[in-house]
Amino acid sequence: MKAYLGIDVGSVSTNIVVQDEAGKIHAGIYLRTMGRPIDALLTGMREVGACIPPDLEIAGAGATGSGRYLAGVMIDADVIKNEITAHAVAASMLVPDVQTVLEIGGQDSKIIIMRNGIVTDFAMNTVCAAGTGSFLDQQASRLNIPITDFGELAHSSGAPVRIAGRCTVFAESDMIHKQQMGHRLPDIINGLCEALVRNYLNNVGKGKEILSPVVFQGGVAANKGIKAAFERCLNLTVIVPEYHNIMGAIGVAQLAKEEVQKTGCTKFKGFHITGLSYRTGSFECGGCPNACEIAEIYEGDRVIGRWGARCQRWDIIN
Amino acid sequence: MPRVTFPHMGESYRTFKMLMNDLGNEVVLPPRPSKRTLDHGVRHAPEFACFPFKILMGTYVETCLLGAEIIVTSGGVGPCRAGQYGQLHKKILLDLGYPVDIIVFEPPRLHPIDFLRNIQRLNPNRMSYRAVWDCIKRAWQKLIALDETEKITHVVRPREIVTGSTTRIYRKVLEWIDRSHSAKEIEEAHSSAVEAIKSVEQDPERKVLKVGLVGEIYVLLEPASNLEIEETLGNLGVEVERSMFLTGWTRENTFSETHETISVKDAAMPYIPLCIGGHGMESVGHTVVYAKRGFDGVIQLAPFTCIPEIVARTILTSVSKEHGIPVLTFFLDEQTGKAGMSTRLEAFVDLMKRKKWQDELPEHNAVKKGQ
Repeated sequence: MKAYLGIDVGSVSTNIVVQDEAGKIHAGIYLRTMGRPIDALLTGMREVGACIPPDLEIAGAGATGSGRYLAGVMIDADVIKNEITAHAVAASMLVPDVQTVLEIGGQDSKIIIMRNGIVTDFAMNTVCAAGTGSFLDQQASRLNIPITDFGELAHSSGAPVRIAGRCTVFAESDMIHKQQMGHRLPDIINGLCEALVRNYLNNVGKGKEILSPVVFQGGVAANKGIKAAFERCLNLTVIVPEYHNIMGAIGVAQLAKEEVQKTGCTKFKGFHITGLSYRTGSFECGGCPNACEIAEIYEGDRVIGRWGARCQRWDIIN
Repeated sequence: MPRVTFPHMGESYRTFKMLMNDLGNEVVLPPRPSKRTLDHGVRHAPEFACFPFKILMGTYVETCLLGAEIIVTSGGVGPCRAGQYGQLHKKILLDLGYPVDIIVFEPPRLHPIDFLRNIQRLNPNRMSYRAVWDCIKRAWQKLIALDETEKITHVVRPREIVTGSTTRIYRKVLEWIDRSHSAKEIEEAHSSAVEAIKSVEQDPERKVLKVGLVGEIYVLLEPASNLEIEETLGNLGVEVERSMFLTGWTRENTFSETHETISVKDAAMPYIPLCIGGHGMESVGHTVVYAKRGFDGVIQLAPFTCIPEIVARTILTSVSKEHGIPVLTFFLDEQTGKAGMSTRLEAFVDLMKRKKWQDELPEHNAVKKGQ
């Protein structure tokens, strides 16, 4: 049976899916990137390679996420696509008439407006990571609560406490203040969820026409507190798909399928890459005053990818 | 001979180098803004100052280290703090122990006497006004040649067959213009530069999107400050039209307002009826004009914390809706990581492509099949 591999290497998580022609998910893996995208990808590929049925043939592969170029050269992806397109494709596969996609990941939060299956507008958070998963992560570890319990705790709150949401620094000092005043932890966490949603809608969602059906995806969608805060704020039902945390990978697997239908065959190297050694390095180019920081990735002794140059000097010629 | 320097703004330094030399000054060339420039700039500038301030700060420190004695820069009109940057830069440089003077050129239309006095300070050989005027005329001609050549690269790059060939030729022809000196030489260099770029091998059949660039002047004009967005867009198959060139800006601030700027202001009128400083009004006006001219999208470039552009950005949301043109905003600061920008640009290009060629694209069909 033919299946397609989708890889999403994000700042916080690395996700891999294997999806067959009919859209059935045979493997869906969510791993923490932990600052080491290559290791995360290799671990994930090993797990996927071990758990898929032997009769499944990978007929196409795609990469997305901020580490898409890295992942793309490691596996020889058929398609390398940005996360916005990948997320939009995945959302409309699962909720065909979707009009709004809210996506909150580790470092990025985005909103995608779709009409009749076409992306008509999108926005991403700009210079600030307030209102993203990383901040929630950081607060969870400060409070010594597993991030997975965050949503339940918020859910059990009777009265949210108001927390400043514009900037993580303000939010944190507000939270500490409220905690020292004696507010209950669930109320503070619920307040944080509301602050995050407020920040998202005022910042990323500014001026966007949010219409139902609304799909909420990305790692943070697992947080019931945030979902409930969105529903209260928007006065709309918010759908969290089953595979909400690996939607980018699902989308890019679908795009890989489309690409292979065009090209006829896949470039995917195969699962044996998990046995190869990869290493990265970087250096500063001295060719001109730009002093570009060049990053490169080696497969064995061979350079397979280079980034960061502003000219063609370091292009790899195959 | 006084050692003179000036800010680095795209390729315009080639003109100022010639002009300052002709007037009898020694020129300390500002280096292209780099990591080193930013290091100096961020270290000595106030934390809350905007990105252009920090780049200029860094450039000035670099040129002071090379022995510059006089810095020539431009002032500004309206309520944008850039108007005071020259004075603040000077204070900081003096505090750092560089005995430097800054000559700030304010729009001559508003301050004619000041303008003449400044010119005299840069005229150590006391050349006649007529001779000075002659030098300025040639510098102007060179500036036009540089701007016009750059405009052509924006048209050719998205259609080039060999990626990077336009940029390669462009680098070469810039040197031709750089070397030209007399009016006749500049004219010849200009026309051969244009010819050379036009002769880059192109695919006339290629479908190309057209995007307008609006925003704050420094981040628009200095590619080192905007992560070479024009080149990146060109490589993604997008023809760029930038709303601002130094020749255009000088024209409207020196002599009188041109027909084009008047229509841009008219277009902005329903949204921003008065000058809000910087180029906020122009950003809105140009977006309306681009929409009317049938562009596929507009990209706004703004320095982080730039008030006029923040105001414009908020208004552009409704301009985008009313005129049906997608608008993407980038706030630029000292980050050099390009990943965030290329993700957004790629997605923006996907969006425009789908809007324009709805049924021809596979991704679109992929999305549609879900229905």
